[in-house]
Parts: sequence; C-alpha cells; structure tokens
Amino acid sequence: MNARIQHVELHAADDGLKPGDVMLNIENVSLSFGGVKAITDISFDIRKGEIRAIIGPNGAGKTSMLNVINGFYHPQQGTITFRGQARSRMQPHEAALSGIARTFQNVALFKGMSTLDNIMSGRTLKMNTNFFWQMLHVGPARNEEIAHRLKVEEIIDFLEIQAIRKTPVGKLPYGLQKRVELGRALAMEPDLLLLDEPMAGMNLEEKEDMSRFILDVNSQMGTTIALIEHDMGVVMDISDRVVVLDYGRKIGDGTPGEVKANQDVIDAYLGVSH
Amino acid sequence: MFYRESGQYKTTYESDQAIFPIREDRIGIAIIMAMALITPFIASEFILASIMIPFLILALGTIGLNVLTGYAGQLSLGTGAFMGAGAYACYKLATIFPDINIVVLILLSGVFSAGVGILFGLPSLRIKGLYLAVTTLAAQFFLEWCFIRIPWLYNYNASGAIEVPERRGFGDLILTGPSATATTRYYVVLAIVVVVTLVVKNLVRGRIGRQWMMIRDMDIAAELMGVRPLWAKLSAFAVSSYLAGVAGAMFVFFYLGAAEPSSFGISLSFQVLFMAILGGLGSLVGSFFGAAFIWILPIALRVGLPAVGVDVGAEIIFQIAQMAVGALIIFFLIAEPHGLARLWAIGKEKLRVWPFPYA
Ligand SMILES: Nc1ncnc2c1ncn2[C@@H]1O[C@H](COP(=O)(O)OP(=O)(O)OP(=O)(O)O)[C@@H](O)[C@H]1O
Ligand SMILES: [Mg+2]
Repeated sequence: MNARIQHVELHAADDGLKPGDVMLNIENVSLSFGGVKAITDISFDIRKGEIRAIIGPNGAGKTSMLNVINGFYHPQQGTITFRGQARSRMQPHEAALSGIARTFQNVALFKGMSTLDNIMSGRTLKMNTNFFWQMLHVGPARNEEIAHRLKVEEIIDFLEIQAIRKTPVGKLPYGLQKRVELGRALAMEPDLLLLDEPMAGMNLEEKEDMSRFILDVNSQMGTTIALIEHDMGVVMDISDRVVVLDYGRKIGDGTPGEVKANQDVIDAYLGVSH
Repeated sequence: MFYRESGQYKTTYESDQAIFPIREDRIGIAIIMAMALITPFIASEFILASIMIPFLILALGTIGLNVLTGYAGQLSLGTGAFMGAGAYACYKLATIFPDINIVVLILLSGVFSAGVGILFGLPSLRIKGLYLAVTTLAAQFFLEWCFIRIPWLYNYNASGAIEVPERRGFGDLILTGPSATATTRYYVVLAIVVVVTLVVKNLVRGRIGRQWMMIRDMDIAAELMGVRPLWAKLSAFAVSSYLAGVAGAMFVFFYLGAAEPSSFGISLSFQVLFMAILGGLGSLVGSFFGAAFIWILPIALRVGLPAVGVDVGAEIIFQIAQMAVGALIIFFLIAEPHGLARLWAIGKEKLRVWPFPYA
C-alpha cells in the first residue's frame, strides 16, 4: 500500500515537449471590461515543467490572466499559443480537453457533493461509457467507475485526506476545501495546472503542506504549474520564474532573484506614486 | 438490533460503491419490497386503488422533477404538463398500436414527453432560476392549450376527454380499462416504478448524475472540468420529462381511467413540486416520502378525523389538509431545506452512534 502512495502514477500526458520548451505563449494580450482595462498588452510564456508564479498587488489583473488562459474571458487583442497551436475563442470545456485545469481564488467546489465525488468529478472527461451502460451500472460502466475510483484514491492518499473522503465538502474547514479543490484539479491529470491563490487564508503549517503538495505535483507528476500567490516567501521559495503585474501591465519577469532586485517591482509593492 | 457500519469492512471499491453499501439498509429494502409485494393480500381495494397506486405513480413523477430540480438545479413548474404529454402520447400509441403490450407503450410514451422536455429546456442554456421557472410555466400553459385545441390528441371525442381502452397482456390478463382489477394494476405500477427508480439511481450515482450535480452546485467550475452545460442541462430535462411522461401515462391508464386537460393543470405541477420539496430535493428516497406524505395526509385526515369523533365535513377536512401541507412546506423551506430525506439521514446517523450521542 505504501509503495503506491509514494509512486503516484498520475502524470501529465506526453505532448512531445521537452522540459524547458515553451508550452503556453501569451503575446500582447489586452482585455477590458467596458472602460475598465484589466490587462494591457501583456506578453509572457510558461515553459514545460516549471512552476511559474504570477504576482502583483490587488486588482493587478492576475485572476483575469488565468481566466483568459482557460477560456472564460476572451481578450480583445493578442494571441495565445498553447503547445504550438494558436487558439481563437476557446471555451472553458475545450481548455479542459486540451489539458488545462485550475483552482479558484474563492473556493469553487461542488458544495452538495462529498470529497470523493468532487474529486471524481475531475475524471469527467476521462469517462466515456454511454448512457445505456450508465443506466444499468454494470459491465463497462461499473468497471469504469471502479478504475477511476482507484485513481481518485491515489490522489486522496497523496493529499492525505482519507478521513474526509465521504464528508460533504460544505462542512469542511477552509484549508481542507482548498486541498480538495487541488485534488479535483489533479484528477484531471492536467498538463498545465493554474492555481489562484492556493494558500490564501491558511496558517503557516497549512501553507507548508500546500507548498509541499505543489512541489510534489510538479516533480512527481511532471505537471507544469502557474500559480498566483501573495505570500512572497512562498513565491520566492517554490517558483522557477516569476511574472509581476501591476495595474494590468507587466512590470517584471524573471527568476525570483531578478524580480526581487527589479526597481519597478519594489516600487509597485512599496506603493511609490505613479 | 443495531444500525452499525462498524465491523462491515469493505475490501473492494466495488462493494463500497454498491447501491446499498450498509447491510442494515439492504435488509430494510428487502423488508419494504416484501411488504410491497404482499400488500394486495392484506389491503382493501380502496387502499390499493386510491392510495397505493397513485402514491407510487406520483412518487415516480416526483423523482422526475427531482432529477431536474434536485440533481441538476433547474427549477420547473411544468411537471403537470410533461405528465400530460406522456399521457396523451400513450393514449395515441394505444390507439394506433392496439396489439402492443401497454407496458411497452407506457415506457415508449416517455420518449415523447422527453422530446417535449428537451424543447422547453432549451431556454435553460441562457436563463436561470426564477426566469427559467417562468419559461417552464409557459410550457405548462402551451401544452394545456394543445390538449384542449388539438382534437386529434383525444381522438375527436365529443367530451374532449381521453378514456382508457381495455388492453390485455402477459397472457390474457386485463391490464387497463374499467375491468382491470386493482391488484393487477398495482403490480404493474409497482414493477415499473421499482425498475425505473433503480435505473435513475444508477444514473445519479454515475458520471451523468455527477455532471448534473456539478452544474447545479457550480456551473463555472463544471465547465472547467469539461462538462458541456448544453448537454448536461438538456439530458436532465430529457430524463426528467421522460419520467414525468411515464408517470403521467400510468396516472391515466392505471389510476384515473379517464382524463381531461385539467387533469394535468398547474395544480398538479405544484403538487409534485411540493412532494419534491417536502421529501427533499436531490433525494430519491425523499421522493417517496414526499409523495406519501402529501397524497396520504388528506386521505388519512378524511378517514381519521371522523373516526376520533371530529366530524366537520369533507370540504373542511380537505382545506385543513391543504393548510397543513402549506405550513409544512414553509417550515421545511426555512428549517430543513433538504426535507424529510434529511431527517431520515439524521435519524440514521443518530442510530449509527447510539447510544453514544457524541461518538
Ligand atoms: N468580470 C469583470 N467585470 C468587470 N471588471 C472586472 C471583471 N473581472 C475583473 N475585473 C476588473 O479587472 C481588474 C483586475 O481584476 P483581477 O481579479 O484580475 O485582479 P487580481 O490581480 O486577481 O486581484 P486580487 O489580488 O485582488 O485577486 C480589476 O480592476 C477588476 O475590478
Ligand atoms: Mg485574483
């Protein structure tokens, strides 16, 4: 049993990219809501296998950027290339199909369902027995359910949430909800995992646990991760490269060390007047 | 006897995912099924024909609404009309194919109501909540209008009503029509309701049911997990109105015997909605509780009050029952939105830890 817990079999699909190749390229993207400019002419890339942090003060456009990446918002300008393919007006479920998963800034779990069902829901796209078998719940439908349950149990073991398997998620404390939400995204076995403030509202120990999970997901499953986080300590510790946004513009991009030394970034965070 | 999970170790996910994973539940279900089977031998004709048959049929209608509202989160006020669509479809099918077993036709008539349901479910892709309820209300009125204005639907009867023809099946048993016995009708209804309920249970515990609940709980996240709202919502409308249609067809063929457009009016829609709310949205067993409660309460009062010496007349008793149901609905909406099914679950949880309430 222990052997399986350590060797989580889940992993990102082999897409022909080598670690370090550009996986997602964002070029000159602009997005506005009526008069509000959320994102102005931003370009950056995410490379396979890295942990890419997106930071910036409140309202900088970080969440909007994730929404653009997974098809919730359609930018007015710019191009997005995912695995070498430029995409136009992608819908969220198409983003899911192409291997992008995410968690939300305000936990967006399925409140009426158990932890197990929430994580099982991440397997939706991988399940395909037809309506007829589903009605009978025998043969292929039952085997499929059990096969995916096995995968989901691996995730439950990995995230150490066995004890809350059958608890309705609405009853869980916030920190655990965040963990379940990560589990649900992991169940999709994504190539690119977008995390919107996965540690917001957590205490130190919970943050340490979450950091460990993120690092393990990245190294063991080979999942590329883009993460928004306000805790600078965490960002500097776990990310490979950081992009800094402020008022919808990119003001810095580079390794944690480079970004820390960037004068624009320091000004933005210390609140120098513009 | 204890109601305990402890000691019942599941060694496979298969047994953990079984339909009734707890042994005591399996025993309970077996007892209920046995009782349902022997009911005709101990119950009077009145109980069978006026209580058990309509209760089972309405429970199935409630399950239909529950799929849509309880599981997929789409409010509907058109259940009565969808039941009517099934009833009229079955009537036409029985006219056109007099030799086909009526049970087959009843199961087939649901396909027509499912089609109607999909059509009126299309707006759900754009509108939600109360506004969607209003469009289902439009379905209610439009279909009622059809039942009145399209004489072909009732075979151009002068009365404008549909009358159930006599149909035989399973050997030479009379299944429908005035000379079908209550016992026969009861067993046919019981068989259909049990089988269809099991099928629905299978749907809601698998991928399809999860997709409905995902859309209900957080449609944005659902889309991100690859659920297409179009497919999820329309499949819920289809399954829901299929069940309503089958229930409607049975309502006429095994209970009413004859029906007119007003049989499927808005009051039937509300009655089923109340059954779903009182029983508990998102619970199949709750659908049975809700249907039993709302169907049986007025009858129990009508029979029970005179028996204890309170004789106030049928009309007043009917109104008392209405008020009691109304008050209960309000109580449940405020105090226990998950209805009788939730009370049932709490009761079972308490039993599980009894006699140690804090275990
Ligand atoms: N759907 C929307 N409609 C209108 N304005 C929006 C919408 N989404 C975002 N905005 C605006 O875009 C700007 C950027 O918001 P965004 O949520 O991306 O910021 P953020 O960097 O994630 O901030 P925080 O750290 O507070 O989460 C804000 O001014 C916000 O008000
Ligand atoms: Mg944000």
